[in-house]
Amino acid sequence: MQKKLVLILGIVIIAGALGYLAFGKLENNIVYFVTPSELLAKGEVAFGKPVRLGGMVKKGTIEWDAQNTLLQFQMNDGTKEIAIISHETPPQMFQDEMGVVVEGKLSPDGIFRADRLMVRHSNEYRPPKEGEKPAVIYKDLVDTN
Amino acid sequence: MRYITAVVLFIFFAFAQWWGLTQTPPDAMMGEVQKIMYAHVPAAWNSFLAFFVVFIASIAFLIRKKRRPEPAEGMFWDRLARSAAEVGVVLTGLTLCLGSIWGRPTWGVWWTWDARLTTTAILFFLYVGYLSFRKFVDNPERRAKLAAPLGVLIFLNVPIVYFSVKWWRTLHQVQSSPSTMDPAMVLALRLNAFAFLGVLILFIYWRYQIAKRKSEHEEAL
Repeated sequence: MQKKLVLILGIVIIAGALGYLAFGKLENNIVYFVTPSELLAKGEVAFGKPVRLGGMVKKGTIEWDAQNTLLQFQMNDGTKEIAIISHETPPQMFQDEMGVVVEGKLSPDGIFRADRLMVRHSNEYRPPKEGEKPAVIYKDLVDTN
Repeated sequence: MRYITAVVLFIFFAFAQWWGLTQTPPDAMMGEVQKIMYAHVPAAWNSFLAFFVVFIASIAFLIRKKRRPEPAEGMFWDRLARSAAEVGVVLTGLTLCLGSIWGRPTWGVWWTWDARLTTTAILFFLYVGYLSFRKFVDNPERRAKLAAPLGVLIFLNVPIVYFSVKWWRTLHQVQSSPSTMDPAMVLALRLNAFAFLGVLILFIYWRYQIAKRKSEHEEAL
């Protein structure tokens, strides 16, 4: 009888935890990344604090200096944008209007210095169009200059 | 004759993998590396299925106790749960490894602690824990009694893994559907899902046979 009680209690606790995860307001605790709007809304508090920032690469803002492995671009979330500087060679999928997540710190000068850059992929998969070679798309970035 | 099913299955498996690697277009953004999908995704789906078998077999074991059963029937469910858990762990391990290899060239990292990756790692360790726990109990009946509630409880992580990409912001993308994928890719994915399903069933069956013979051997001693 007692065993049964323990079992039922265990199930209730785990089901409760599951329900909390599903419907509760855990957002603030397990946010994987913040958006530029959310980071800028924090104001000065955000300066110098390590954080993950996620958004889209704004079209036409990528500047890649292969000699110095210096990458600069604007990250956009639809309303706000932040300038990003990274000293890493970006992953092959990095390009205009791609989702990206960066780890680093926002400086008081408004520039986000990233230690790590990750590219997000959508759930869409399609073959390359006529004349488009996937290998070339990402090679272009590295071969610039 | 005994091995004919296995031979046919492995030929089908090899065919499905070959089909995925050579008969599908590369992805426009990822290129050829996207073909990891034809092993990563089927492995993930089938690991969920394996854990569902653990879940059902564990419930069946618990329900069976109610109606004054024969011990043999209980042992059937216990062995099934154990066998499915083992195959599921292998498939989850495969999912994690392939995902990592896929992530490095596309995302840029081998690993990151987003909700999907973290919950999948937890899934792996929960079932490794389940299997380790079984090793600590020597008496088969006692082991079955203790493992069954565990097999039910830890299954609750499976829906969390599945929905993690919808509930939280993650680096991992949400589930694709036939409408977000090229038809040739959908076909290759389905083909491989069935190939992995066949392997899953065969491995669970084999593992079950080994477990059964082992306990028969122990009883004979």
